[in-house]
Formats: sequence, C-alpha cells, structure tokens
Amino acid sequence: MTRKTLLGAAMALFAASTMFSSMPARAETTPAAVLKHYAELAQAKYEDSLTTAQALDKAIDALIAKPSDATLKAAKAAWIAARVPYQQSEVYRFGNPIVDEWEGKVNAWPLDEGLIDYVDASYGTESDENALYTANVIANPKLKINGEEIDVTEITPETLRSLHEAGEIEANVATGYHAIEFLLWGQDLNGTEAGAGKRPYTDYDKANCTGGNCDRRAAYLKAASTLLVADLGDMVKAWAPDGEATKNVEADGNAGLTAILTGMGSLSYGELAGERMKLGLLLHDPEEEHDCFSDNTYASHLNDAIGIKSAYTGEYTRVDGTKMKGPSLSDLVAAKDKALDKEIKGKLDATLTAMNVMKDRAQKVEAYDQMIGENNAKGNAVVQKAIDGLIDQTKSIERVIASLDLGKIELEGSDSLDNPDAVFK
Amino acid sequence: MGAFRAFPYLLPVLSGALVLVPLIATGSDSQLPKARTDLNPKDVKRVERVTRPTADFSKAEQFETMSGGAATTKAIVNGDAFSHFSPNITFEEEQNFKLGNALFTKLWVSSPSSTQASDGLGPLFNARACQSCHLKDGRGHPPEGAADATSMFLRLARPARTDEEREAIGDYRKLNFPDAVYGEQFQDLAVPGLASEGKMEISYEEIPVTLGDGEVVSLRKPTYSVSNLGYGPLEGDVTLSPRIAPPMIGMGLIQAIHEADILANADPDDKDGDGISGKAALVRDHMTGELKLGRFGFKAQNASIRDQSSGAFTGDIGISTPDTPFSHGDCTKAQAACLAMPTGVQERLGPVEAPDPVLSLVTFYSENLAVPARRDIDDPTVLKGKEMFYSAGCTACHTPKFVTRRDAGNKAHAFQLIWPYSDFLLHDMGEGLADGQQVGMANGQEWRTQPLWGIGLTKTVNNHTFFLHDGRARNLTEAILWHGGEAEAARSAFAAMGKQDRTALLTFLESL
Repeated sequence: MTRKTLLGAAMALFAASTMFSSMPARAETTPAAVLKHYAELAQAKYEDSLTTAQALDKAIDALIAKPSDATLKAAKAAWIAARVPYQQSEVYRFGNPIVDEWEGKVNAWPLDEGLIDYVDASYGTESDENALYTANVIANPKLKINGEEIDVTEITPETLRSLHEAGEIEANVATGYHAIEFLLWGQDLNGTEAGAGKRPYTDYDKANCTGGNCDRRAAYLKAASTLLVADLGDMVKAWAPDGEATKNVEADGNAGLTAILTGMGSLSYGELAGERMKLGLLLHDPEEEHDCFSDNTYASHLNDAIGIKSAYTGEYTRVDGTKMKGPSLSDLVAAKDKALDKEIKGKLDATLTAMNVMKDRAQKVEAYDQMIGENNAKGNAVVQKAIDGLIDQTKSIERVIASLDLGKIELEGSDSLDNPDAVFK
Repeated sequence: MGAFRAFPYLLPVLSGALVLVPLIATGSDSQLPKARTDLNPKDVKRVERVTRPTADFSKAEQFETMSGGAATTKAIVNGDAFSHFSPNITFEEEQNFKLGNALFTKLWVSSPSSTQASDGLGPLFNARACQSCHLKDGRGHPPEGAADATSMFLRLARPARTDEEREAIGDYRKLNFPDAVYGEQFQDLAVPGLASEGKMEISYEEIPVTLGDGEVVSLRKPTYSVSNLGYGPLEGDVTLSPRIAPPMIGMGLIQAIHEADILANADPDDKDGDGISGKAALVRDHMTGELKLGRFGFKAQNASIRDQSSGAFTGDIGISTPDTPFSHGDCTKAQAACLAMPTGVQERLGPVEAPDPVLSLVTFYSENLAVPARRDIDDPTVLKGKEMFYSAGCTACHTPKFVTRRDAGNKAHAFQLIWPYSDFLLHDMGEGLADGQQVGMANGQEWRTQPLWGIGLTKTVNNHTFFLHDGRARNLTEAILWHGGEAEAARSAFAAMGKQDRTALLTFLESL
C-alpha cells in the first residue's frame, strides 16, 4: 500500500476510534477541530508573513528614497524579520497542493543571481544550462530568451513574473524572498570563509551610483517587494475560514490529517534534512546554503523546525507576541497513545535543541556556510546533529501511522469505478 | 541527455566479466523468462484480464486515470507536472529523491575549482548539468534560437568493418563502433583552453502531405551535418544520429515491467502476418555483462536506468562515475590535448569525479519521477479519439497497459497497473525517420516505440510541441505522419480520417 493510502486508511480508523469510543480525556478533540485550528494557524502565519513583508516593503521605499547605510541596514533587518513567520509557515507545503503550487513564486531557491544584477567575474560569464545566467536584467533593457527578444525596459511586477523560470530553467528565480535578499546583500564572495554579501547602499544612490543602473535596481527591488506582498496576500485569503485552502483541508478529515503529517514528514526529512542540509555537507559547497546572501540560513532552518513542531502541538507565537493554542494532532495522538505523543514531542524538542546549538554557533563562532566546509569536523557535526534530529522525528511521524496498525488495511472499493482514482491491487 | 550508448571504453571493463560468464555469449533471448515468474496463477489471470485492450469506448476504463498506478502524481497541473516524486515512496526515499534532484540540476564546473566536489566537467561535453537537457524533467527540443543547442546532440557511430567486429556486435559486446577521433558523440562544448569538437548544423526542407480530406500538412525534413570541426574530418562511414532529451517520467515503472510481458508482444518474423514485427533488444548489463532486455533509449540500448545514467554522466557531461571511471569523458586517444586536461578526481573523495552516492542518488531520482494523472478521461471527444487510436492500429505498438512485477526492486513500482502506451520493442519505422545508424540489434531504420504517457503535457511543461527523436515534428499531427515502415498502415488510417476523427484522436493524446 502506498504511504498516503496507508495514512488515509489509518486516519479513517483513527477518526472512528476517537469519535465513537469513549475516550476519557480530551474526548472533545475531533479531527475536524484539529483541522479547523490547523487552518487558523495557517492564516495567522501567513498574516504575520504579510505584515512583516509590508514592513519590508516600507523599509525598501525608505532605502530607495534615501539610500544610506542606515536605510540599507533597516531594510536588511526587515527582511530577516520577515523570514521568521514565513519559514514557520513552510510546514504547510507538501500536504496542501495550493501551497505547493504557489510556493515557487515566493521562496524559489537556488537562484542564478546573474539573471538579476551584476555579479563578480569569478561567477563566470556563461552557462550552457542557462542562457540567462548573466543576463543581468538590471543592466539590460532587452534580453533574448531562446532567440526571442524580451523587452524589460520597464521593470514592473509583470515583467518579473514573466522572467520567473525563464527558458524553463528553475534557477532563473526572478521573484521572492531570495531575489530580494540578493538585491539587499549582494553576492557572498567569501566561499566558506567568514562574511555575507557586501552590497553598498550606493547601489541605490542615483546621485553617486555604484554598480550602474541604480534606478533600474531600485525599480527591480520595489517590483519584487510589491509581488511578495501581493503573493502573501493571496495565501492569507486562501486560508481564511471560507478560503480555498481551508475548504480543501477541512473537506475530509482523513485527507486533512494526512496533509498535516505529510507536511511535517516531507519538510523534516527530504526537504530540510536532505536537500537543504545534507547536500551541502556532502559537497562541502557554500553555494548549497539556503539564505546564502545574508548568512541567515541557520535562522531559516530553525524556524522551519519551529513550524514543524507547531503543526503537531497547535501552538504558535505570533510576531506581536500573542500566543495561539487549540485542538491539535498531539491531542489526538495522546488520546490514543500517550507514550507515542511523549516520544514525538521529545524528538521535536531534541531537533530544536540541536537547531539552537547551530544558531548559537552561527551567531558566535562561524556562519552556516563555514560550518559545512570541508575539514571542519566540529562545524559539520553541529549541522549533522540537526539533520539527525529531523530524521529521527520523521521516524516518530511514521510511528504515529504505524501505531494505528496500518499494515493490514486495504481500502475497500479500490476496484470500483465509483472511485476514479482507484488503483489496481 | 536522454539518449545513451555503451562505451567503447567499457569493453576492457566488460571483457573481464565476459570471460567469467562465457555461457551467456550466445545470440538469443532464450535466457529471458517467457512467463511471469513473479505471480501465482490467480494473479496471472487477473493481470491478463485487466491488461486486455478494451473494446468498449462508451466510457472510461477502470483505473484509467492513474497512468502510473499508485505511483501516479495528482499534483495541480502546471510547469512542474513532470517533476514530482511518486506519492507512494517513503519519507526516507523522498530525501534520496530530493538529493538526486539537487544533483540532477547541479552545474558541474571545470577542474580545478574551489568546490572540489563539484568539478570534473568535460573536458569535452554537451551539457553542464542533467537538467540542461532534461528541461523541467521534460522533453528537449531542436535549437530554435541562436544559443540553445543544448537539449539535443549528435550520436556518432560506424558499422562493423571486420568479421571480428561483426562478431562483437553479434555477441552483444558492442553496439557499434565510435569515430576514431570524435568518439561516440559530438560534443559541441569544451572546457577553457580546449577546442570544442564543432557545431551541429540542421537544415529543413518543407514537404507538403495531403490528407484524405484534402487538408495539406507540411512536414519539415531535416538534414544534419557538422561544421567548424575541431579535430579534422570524421571517418567516412560514420553516421550522425540526432537525439533530443526525452521526458524523464515513469522510468522506474518501465524498469519494473516483467520481461515476459514485453517478449509476449515480440514477433520478429511477423508470424501473425499483420505487417508489424517488433523485436526485443538484447543488451549487456554494463557492470555484470549479463544479457538483458534493453528497454531504455531511442534504440532500447540500455537495460537499466543506472546504465543509462552513468552513460549520460560520462558521455554528455564528462563526469566519471564508479560504473564509468573515465574522467576524460568521451576524449579519444586521437585527442591528446583533451586527455592532457586536468580531471576532477579528488583521491580523498574517491577514484572518480562523481563518487557514490552521486550516481545512486541520480539513478533513484530518475526512477521515481511520477507520471501525471490523466485528465478528461470521460470526455466524449477523448473517448471517441481513443476509439480512433485503437481502430487505426496504433495500439499494435503503443501497447496501452502492463502490470509491473510483484518482485520489483522498489516497492513503489511493484504490481502497478500502468498505461505507458509502448511495447518497448524495436520496429522498422521506414526510411523517412531512419538515421542509418546501427545500435546493437536495432538497424538504421529501427526505433524503440516511445511511451506516450504525459505527451499531452508537453506544452504545459516545456512550452513547445516538438516530437520524435530529433524534434522534427512541430505537433502531434506531424509526428504521426512521419510514422512509416511497420507503422505505415496506422499512419495511413490516420491520414484517411475525417477532420473530426483526427481531432478526436489528437484530443485523446492530449489527455495522456
């Protein structure tokens, strides 16, 4: 049986036992209540992402109006603040198709920064993979994609949209957090040595312009920021009580709980432990760093882990300090198997501890890209510990499934045309 | 790139294995199982029943939405439609998939470089990353603008010249023979300081074809040549075979089809007299030398996805792997400057440029890209088109269904009812499509039937509709009209259809 089918079947059984058996404690917690709260948290996280992005947008206006070290620093601080709630929302990916379809616009990574702006000569000038590798939209009002000329004389949100994944190359990331990050910090040319990108504020100073085309750079930054605000607004709407994503997740108790667990497991193991962390360790490559321009990677990973725990416990601390709490997956699991609930919570906490060690090291000793460098046993071990935590917690996520005795359950009616999605068994 | 070949260099590696297994060096498929060895009698019957082609076009078939069985993706259809993992893999496998994906998109750089784990490109190469050709894990295309020849290249080969060489092919030790200077494929790129092999040239001639109802369709007939040759002329009997990168979806499922089910459709001597033969390709496993059923590549020249992937790493990108330890890629002895270039081998990381687990991860990734679910299977036009597809005889080679083996290496691929629309056999496709290049058992007119699943999403994923091995067809109609040889009757049936029926057939294909 497939994982998701197993999960679905398990949840059917699970839901039945929770709703119809006389569980003493927390008998009031139903899958429907858990899903309702899950959607409420999603809306809160996307609202927080939106308000912090709006603050970033204002800081960018200030930078463009009066470029200075202070306004650039403020914009960078606003970007880092904006990443906190957004990364905590990432656990809503994977299980929710609407989020998956949308996500690339705001958080696509890795990106070939040469598409956007000037890059150091060491970047190389051509990539067969990506004809736009050093296209430099900011310097060139006209571009060629597959022989077709594209007019970027006016840099608008629409232009950026059309450039996103241009030429079918996924690294042509024209929009989202990481495009903005590059425009604020610039390239990190330090390899696995200390230091983030060092873009000077004069890159936005039309009177004393460095890097050329300061007006177009400003227009790009503003357009990217405008799009980010608009895209986050769409997600807030999608998670409103009558929004599309909320309706989807609440439509079917089993499918909804499956979405929660899929998001937790997929983000923990494949996405975060794997693609974002293990690959960098494997290759010792500083390019394999999620927030590579700003050296904010440690925070990005930590907030992902906080988000994963939040999806389980139903707890979230908003950017204004408000604490939210409600019916959770934890309540459901505890009602069924207290020990398992304890186990998984312990593992989620262990991951957070390891992530916090990584954060401390990043703030006090060395940046994340240094930690993954070759011949840095200590740094490597700190990252590996966080990876191990993520993998370990996924095993408990799978145990949540296994504890419900899923192995022997087969979906009834799988050979019926009533279910067009059925598969032959 | 998706087209692969056995390496001439592999011969020394293989010959050792062959000495150990002389018994298999005979020219027949007699070693391959003729019946399902993985099923009990009850399941055999169930499989026979469920894979029987339908005769009822009044409604969709059972399970038809899920082209890849439980490995089918139901993600929202967009440009990422070919990039999803099968939903029935485990969380742990999902990590391998994602690592494989990251390596698949990774740009390899020339040696020496500061990121030593990522260098070793070339010295001669067609692409710097897998994804350069397999754009969005989809279909490559012929160069349309100035600077994007990447998703297509030329395979070079000459036929056997001596009895000894003929014997090597008869024995499956060789597929064909490389150009003495340029090797097995024409690399149009080289690392700094080295001349590239040259440039691929294409010219097209428009040929009008009149259909039964009077509509005229223009087919473009390509002619291929090379220019700016960096290392002197090609040998006189070397042929050029252009290949575009094929879509990456569903390959693990194809690998899990039981040999007996593919052999059951083979009719090499056309004993049933339907004008369609269908020949199983026998090839050697690159590592063990074992004789296996070839099922991957335009000429069915590889038995496994791992063989295909290692070949691509080394031939297309110039990166050596544990299976293909040739850090100079496709450089030949005659290309001394190429052989003198530095490689990306770091002894402390392993003896090759892409040490394990790189190849295993990319192989895993390639095995687990999900086939998208069908759309509109109940639409009356789709059903009408499906009927036309069957009645025109397309299914004689584009076999609709298989049930994969129960003992598949990956559980996610086991015992799935799949709808690839291919028999994975070699067929003579006529002179129009011929490349004149022998590849093992496939002569210069024979090609492996291409699977059709996902074909309707080509535009969505790749923003073009160039089809066939070299992308000459600009849409599905042209692709069908290029069919000849064993497919001549089916092609004629399509050409003779009225506009409405033709459109319905195309609508059916668009729903795949």
